[in-house]
Amino acid sequence: MTHMVEIRDLHKSFGSLEVLKGIDFTVDRGQVICVIGPSGSGKSTLLRCVNLLETPTKGQVFVEGLELTHPDVDIDAARRRVGMVFQQFNLFPHLTVLDNITIAQRRVLKRGKAEAVRVAEENLAKVGLEGKGRSYPAQLSGGQQQRVAIARALAMDPDLMLFDEPTSALDPELVGDVLAVMRQLADEGMTMIVVTHEMAFARDVADRVVFMDGGVIVEEGSPDRVIGAPEHPRTQTFLRRVLDPTHAEPDELDTGHPHRGLTGEESPDMVKGPSRHGGEGAGAGGVGAL
Amino acid sequence: MITQYVLFVVVLVVLAFTIDWPKIQETFFDFKATREMYPDLFTVALKNTVIYTVSAYVVGFVLGLVVALMRLSSVALYRWVALLFVEIFRGLPALLTLLIIGFGLPVALGGPVPGGTVGAVAVGLGLVAAAYMAETFRAGIQAVPRGQMEAARSLGMSYPRAMFSIVIPQGLRIIIPPLTNELVLLFKDSSLVSALGIAAAGVELTKMGSDFAINTADATPFVVAGASYLIITVPLGIVVRRLEARQAKAR
Repeated sequence: MTHMVEIRDLHKSFGSLEVLKGIDFTVDRGQVICVIGPSGSGKSTLLRCVNLLETPTKGQVFVEGLELTHPDVDIDAARRRVGMVFQQFNLFPHLTVLDNITIAQRRVLKRGKAEAVRVAEENLAKVGLEGKGRSYPAQLSGGQQQRVAIARALAMDPDLMLFDEPTSALDPELVGDVLAVMRQLADEGMTMIVVTHEMAFARDVADRVVFMDGGVIVEEGSPDRVIGAPEHPRTQTFLRRVLDPTHAEPDELDTGHPHRGLTGEESPDMVKGPSRHGGEGAGAGGVGAL
Repeated sequence: MITQYVLFVVVLVVLAFTIDWPKIQETFFDFKATREMYPDLFTVALKNTVIYTVSAYVVGFVLGLVVALMRLSSVALYRWVALLFVEIFRGLPALLTLLIIGFGLPVALGGPVPGGTVGAVAVGLGLVAAAYMAETFRAGIQAVPRGQMEAARSLGMSYPRAMFSIVIPQGLRIIIPPLTNELVLLFKDSSLVSALGIAAAGVELTKMGSDFAINTADATPFVVAGASYLIITVPLGIVVRRLEARQAKAR
């Protein structure tokens, strides 16, 4: 059986800065993979290499057996099967919610208007936003906008969904709604790769957790192992800082490690992470287990 | 504050007593001699001015957009050609460009330019307008966040599709005020057409003013022509200011 995603010896450099230093990993159909790690560890870059928003410097990316890194590949056709949700939502502000969800269906999949609208409304209902089709993105809360972005990606009937820190730009009280939609999607069997700082979500929903640091995969395995009982010291330090930020030891303070915050791709949001889990039983359990 | 008002009044009084008012009126505001300018002033000259302006604007808009996209291309050759274009036609006087096209194009084509004077003006002034508008378009496109292009591409849209469906519509909104301002500038630059030897049917406002000035031997026809420009440029200027104010508020 071909893997849904297969990545072989992936390298990515921005100028002289090497962000990914040889990544190998696979995702099988129906799996949910959560990628965790400190800012600047390369996890967002890895995700963006899966649909070639970033062009790898070296290595191969396969999606459903098709090599996306092959020079002759029709990348637009390949991307239709891969949905992506961004940290900043990236809804089209000049279009209504309905038009946001129908424009690619119509222009790319060549669906008729009636069908595109029907699919859009189905997916709006799925993310709990029926009746919001006529609103403009600016009229919605951040959590609603992110759910529209999920509906927009789902309307293309993707085989794989990529989530790039989907809750990091949200106010804490809005995170739950977005995570609930993602959890439902996982339950329905969608293949998902999720870059996140939401440890409770990773622990609960992921089939496998991947911990990245310094452009390499340091540790991967079941959530119970990687989050519950991490083996590698870097994973242990990271999880301690994320899950219990008020108790960072003075000798652990960030001294400007070379791989930290260089790409500026991530906000230093992870410090807020645990507080969001206050109301979620699973999250609290995760903290306790450490 | 008070001294400023006093100064203003003093200057006014001095001017009022030193200027030869009858002479001024006779030279600039002797409207009896300009009766013959009507109705051709509006039906021919103003109409032609608008035609020259709009045709050059259309050429400038389309060509400017193409040049802007070339400036943003990943192909270095396109970027260089576009930059060269912008530097040349922004650097040359508009009058010179118009003369080169107006006199050179018929020779180069071995016959009249398609569209006659209008065609030559559309190309000549259009090239100049395109150079300025290309930079405006580029700024507008670059003002659209990168995530918009990424989101469109992640939905399977091709680069051109994403550009025309997602990025350019948003960029255009941002640059409506400078684009309208370019229309005002072009409207005034259409007076340069008077430097081309044009047939009576192609006369625009400035040419008409100078033709009549020879008959009347004073400057009143120029004043009349100038007032006709203002009929268009002042309202357009108000529109530009309103658009700018609305955008400042939206931000």
